[in-house]
Amino acid sequence: MSAPPQNPALAAAIASTTRRERTTRAALLAPALLIILTISVLPLGITLVYSFLTPGTYGGVTWEFSVNSYLQFLFDRDIFDDTLSFNPAYLSIYLRSIGLALGATLGALILGFPTAYFIATKPREQRNIWLFLVTLPFWTNLLIRTYAMLLIIRDEGIINTVLMQIGLLNAPLTILYTDTAVFIGLIYSYLPFMVLPLYASLEKLDFNLVEAGYDLYANRLRVLFHVIVPLAKPGIVAGCVLVFIPGLGAYITPELLGGGKKLMIGNMIAMQFGASRNWPFGSAAALILMTLVILVLLVYARAARRKEAVHD
Amino acid sequence: MKALIRLFGAASVLAFASSAAMAEGELNIYNWGNYTNLDMIKKFEEKHDVKVNLDGYDSNEAMLAKVKAGDTGYDIVVPGDYMIKVMIGEGLLEEVKPNEMENFKNVDSQWVDVWWDPGRNYSIPYQWGTTSFTVDTTVYDGDINTLALMFDPPEVLKGRINMLNDMNDVINAGLRYLGYGRCNGNQDELREVLDLLMAAKPHWRTMDYATIEKLTSGDVDLSQTWNGAAMRARAQRETLQYAYPKEGFTGWMDNVAVLKGAPNLENAKLFINFMMDPENAAMTSNFARYANGIKGSEEFMDEEMLSAREIVMPEDAPEPDFVTPCPQEVVDLYNKIWTRLKQ
Repeated sequence: MSAPPQNPALAAAIASTTRRERTTRAALLAPALLIILTISVLPLGITLVYSFLTPGTYGGVTWEFSVNSYLQFLFDRDIFDDTLSFNPAYLSIYLRSIGLALGATLGALILGFPTAYFIATKPREQRNIWLFLVTLPFWTNLLIRTYAMLLIIRDEGIINTVLMQIGLLNAPLTILYTDTAVFIGLIYSYLPFMVLPLYASLEKLDFNLVEAGYDLYANRLRVLFHVIVPLAKPGIVAGCVLVFIPGLGAYITPELLGGGKKLMIGNMIAMQFGASRNWPFGSAAALILMTLVILVLLVYARAARRKEAVHD
Repeated sequence: MKALIRLFGAASVLAFASSAAMAEGELNIYNWGNYTNLDMIKKFEEKHDVKVNLDGYDSNEAMLAKVKAGDTGYDIVVPGDYMIKVMIGEGLLEEVKPNEMENFKNVDSQWVDVWWDPGRNYSIPYQWGTTSFTVDTTVYDGDINTLALMFDPPEVLKGRINMLNDMNDVINAGLRYLGYGRCNGNQDELREVLDLLMAAKPHWRTMDYATIEKLTSGDVDLSQTWNGAAMRARAQRETLQYAYPKEGFTGWMDNVAVLKGAPNLENAKLFINFMMDPENAAMTSNFARYANGIKGSEEFMDEEMLSAREIVMPEDAPEPDFVTPCPQEVVDLYNKIWTRLKQ
């Protein structure tokens, strides 16, 4: 730390500079803050308020305070009888969504790690091309990419046609409209979100440490799990967060590839604002989802802080 | 909060208005997606020197939610029968009195005194049709006119069925199969419906609105669908046949109406009158493949539509059942059944 300046004039000059800097900083931040406030915080506030109101006839809300939306999430007041009983319907929708998102995250990690490692170990001038190829699918709309996937895995799609032509199959593999299809779709959609942060971590990896590991008679697996993975951990965590969160709220993929027989969180929330005519419950369900996401982010933030503490 | 919502609404109207302000007048139409014949729109634009802006929705409820949120800038909407009744009740529609317009004489008298708009003070017919199902007769060659094919399917159809991803259409079909009334608040009967649906669900492959594509791609051999969609699907898969189940099926009509506070009220009225002209109504039918309720339009309709089984009901088919909007308690129960079914 530098000692406080002795000269009062210099001190005043520094103070005025910081003041000016502060004004500049505020001016530069203001537009972004304004946007965040109006299009993020304000709607969130409306959602929060709505979740504590009573549903209006044919949609909308009436201004009567109620916690029914939150009760409804776990309990059932009047299906078929009037007692308040535990209702696992919504919970199981959430659990299935979480399970699918976790599975997709794991799948993306298993596929993404070798990819990122491969790119990071290429000569520097080739890496940009590989990264470009990873981000290439983003040039196409998610809906179209998902639809393309549907065409590939359907009963009369490319995979089944080829496998049956070469005689490996007698009847088509039923992949489409199953959970497997949703997994494949989610992994495919969000894989770049896994590869990019992993690459950022692995690129900075000091391969002398890997060499050192081998010199100390570690085998390949030990080097991977005791040297590379710990050093790539920030990238792993970031990648997992970036895949898990959009996977949790995914709407198009389960709808198109899952066949719509089972509700996912996103579809269930959308339904409340449509046919179910229950905006407060839709708002409450959205907030519960958001709370889950924030919890995940908190875990991430804590992991990042721990890492910083280690470095200091 | 209301004021803020208004403000956003006003901003969106401004954006809307500035996007296309070339022609003399404008008309903003909010219709179901893939349901408007663009040639017909062009004809209207040329006839009245009006620039038409078209926007789409995929369900009555989505449209209602948007309209209820406030100033959308839309002039014309095309709600289904029950939604017309809801919107009149909520004060969302302008009473434009189509029944006093020049072309009203063309409206088929059976569509004038309808329960959703008696005497037609707010709306006019756009298209009408039925919601039943269509099945590939080479896969299943038995009697197709029964809902049992969906709820207790023969071996060949198991796992080859698409249901509409629509709470009302699925539950109403279940109620008909069991012989119970629509908009049913009877809990014992609803419990039976839930059991029926749960037992049938393993035999359904998908629940999706994209019925034409499901059928033509060979993903399924039976799909709950609308008659016009069934006809479009048959064009690509000739062995499909549209069923008129003996237990009954849903009838519906979409209607052209003007929103309260429509920014281009006079043009909207011109459009209402325009849509009651037989030639213009036929243009819509030739595109969307449904009947239109305007007398004299047959003359301008494609030959094949006049004899198609999807449009011309067989003599022995039951009357289509036009389902009224259900009270909130019933919607809540339906909603729970639907969530249980899909949990």
